[in-house]
Amino acid sequence: MIPWDLIVIQTVNGIVTGMILALVASGLTLIFGIMDVVNFAHGELFMLGAYMGVIVLAATGNFWLALVLSVLIVALLGAALQIVTLRPLLGRDPLMTILVTFGISLVLQNYALWQFGPVARKIQEPFSGRFQLFYLEYPYYRLLIAALSAAIIGGFWLFLKYGKFGIWIRATTQDRLMAQAMGIPVPLVLTVSFAIGAGMAAASGVLFGPLVGVNHIMGLDWVLKAFIVVVVGGMGNLGGSVLAAIFISLLEAYASIWVSPAQAVIASFIVLILTLLFRPTGLFVPTPK
Amino acid sequence: MSKRDRTIYWTGFGVVLALLILAPFMLPEFWKRFLTEILIWGLLAMSSDVLIGYTGMVSFGHSAFFGLGMYGAAAAILIVSPPQLVLAVIFGLVAAAAVSVFVAYFSTRLREIYFAITTLIFSQIFYVIIFTWTELTGGENGLTFKRPELGIPGLWSTPFTTETLHWFVLAVVTASYLILRRITQSPFGMVLQSIRENEARTRAIGYPVERYKIVAVMLSGLFAGLAGVLYAVQNRFVAPDFVFFLVSGEAVIFNLMGGIGTLVGPILGAGAFLLLREVFSRLLTEHYLIPVGIIFIAMVIFLPQGMLGFMRRWLNR
Repeated sequence: MIPWDLIVIQTVNGIVTGMILALVASGLTLIFGIMDVVNFAHGELFMLGAYMGVIVLAATGNFWLALVLSVLIVALLGAALQIVTLRPLLGRDPLMTILVTFGISLVLQNYALWQFGPVARKIQEPFSGRFQLFYLEYPYYRLLIAALSAAIIGGFWLFLKYGKFGIWIRATTQDRLMAQAMGIPVPLVLTVSFAIGAGMAAASGVLFGPLVGVNHIMGLDWVLKAFIVVVVGGMGNLGGSVLAAIFISLLEAYASIWVSPAQAVIASFIVLILTLLFRPTGLFVPTPK
Repeated sequence: MSKRDRTIYWTGFGVVLALLILAPFMLPEFWKRFLTEILIWGLLAMSSDVLIGYTGMVSFGHSAFFGLGMYGAAAAILIVSPPQLVLAVIFGLVAAAAVSVFVAYFSTRLREIYFAITTLIFSQIFYVIIFTWTELTGGENGLTFKRPELGIPGLWSTPFTTETLHWFVLAVVTASYLILRRITQSPFGMVLQSIRENEARTRAIGYPVERYKIVAVMLSGLFAGLAGVLYAVQNRFVAPDFVFFLVSGEAVIFNLMGGIGTLVGPILGAGAFLLLREVFSRLLTEHYLIPVGIIFIAMVIFLPQGMLGFMRRWLNR
């Protein structure tokens, strides 16, 4: 027998986490697409974003201010990290960037543990309205997260499509050398792209904070999931990442009807492996001939 | 290698080996165990050097081989009574080999970053399985057991002391080093190095690159499993934490710090890392990874060859 009510609930849940995941993954895919950097520290930027949200919220009491400030702070931090650690590695083996960002993730994670302690912090939801979904009192806030994530991704897409700087970013992604020859300030574009990716991670951290506690290891899960999404959606492909994020979150949500959420993760691992074996350029892009 | 080089190499080898053999007589109890631990982590790092340094593939999945070696050894020790060291080694190696065949078959179809991500995901799959299969693996708490005795089944056996355990580990690690050195310098190893230098050309010459890569991953996984067995025997417990991908990351760090493509470098790197960790964890308690991480980042940027990088050509002749 198929539990219809459960399936509807899990569909809603899957779309909500899928949109947050899409927000994390679009930052990751931007950074990968433009500079061949596999950013292991992306989960830590997500985590730091959430902590910044906690701090600003405690100081000002305004959730939306916390969201904006946290994004700005983490974006600045991202720019600083890019200038100090990744810029010297330009033109070297991309694997070196994995190692450096892995080191950064260790440092940031332990810094957070040192600074904020092992106890999870809580971010208060900005409003607490609920509606009836079968036997559940479903919070409106969750739907708002999905909508906000979609809005941020949509805004980012418009920026890439029509903004002058967005066009620079796309040009640099296509051909770094040619872009430089055309007078685009490539080092600046790279730094700003990293900052934008970091800011998007921070935004998703603050938005997601109210659903679970904020602690120093919350980034680990997300960075793994975001990697899966980015590979399944096709590296450097924004639309593919969004679709893949929703697809994988729905899959995990349905799987956790029957098995524990910890085991449901395996479903997305299997999707990743099948994708890599049969469509290595990603599920949602045509395989190059 | 000229005759003179050979004499220098083997003299150096003999001196280091002699120092390691004599170390338990000179060190206090804590540092004896510490040295043994360095050797075990060094073996893990050395096994991943076969991939990183010689074949040019960075694996972020060695924790799977290491962890399965540990759990295999644990299974042998818990099932058979009295526990047999030989069986623990065999079980551990079989478990690691089985996993590495599986991982090798799928992951070697991919290159560079995609290889790294795939191996990472595979190790996470095994982590989740071990973590959630509580009845068999003890789940989050892991398993504890008694240490098997050193000996040959049916002939003779004696309980391990700190010293004999150190010598046993040293013997295994030295033998592994010599075997891996022989393999990496054999025609097979030369093909691996040519894959690192230019994969397309290697394929064009007519070598079945995929098959070589699969064998390289399996070989590497086998020795990582051996390190896992030793670690299980030394610490008398296994836990899912050792299958988590951070362990693979540490193995890569050891390689980078010591110098990739040297086989002994990773052991030195493991020693340096564990020593740094020990020093900083006395100063900063659990936050030791902050300075260690910063040192690691600086090394990747400024000294990508590692500490033994300047000897790389010489050590491989």
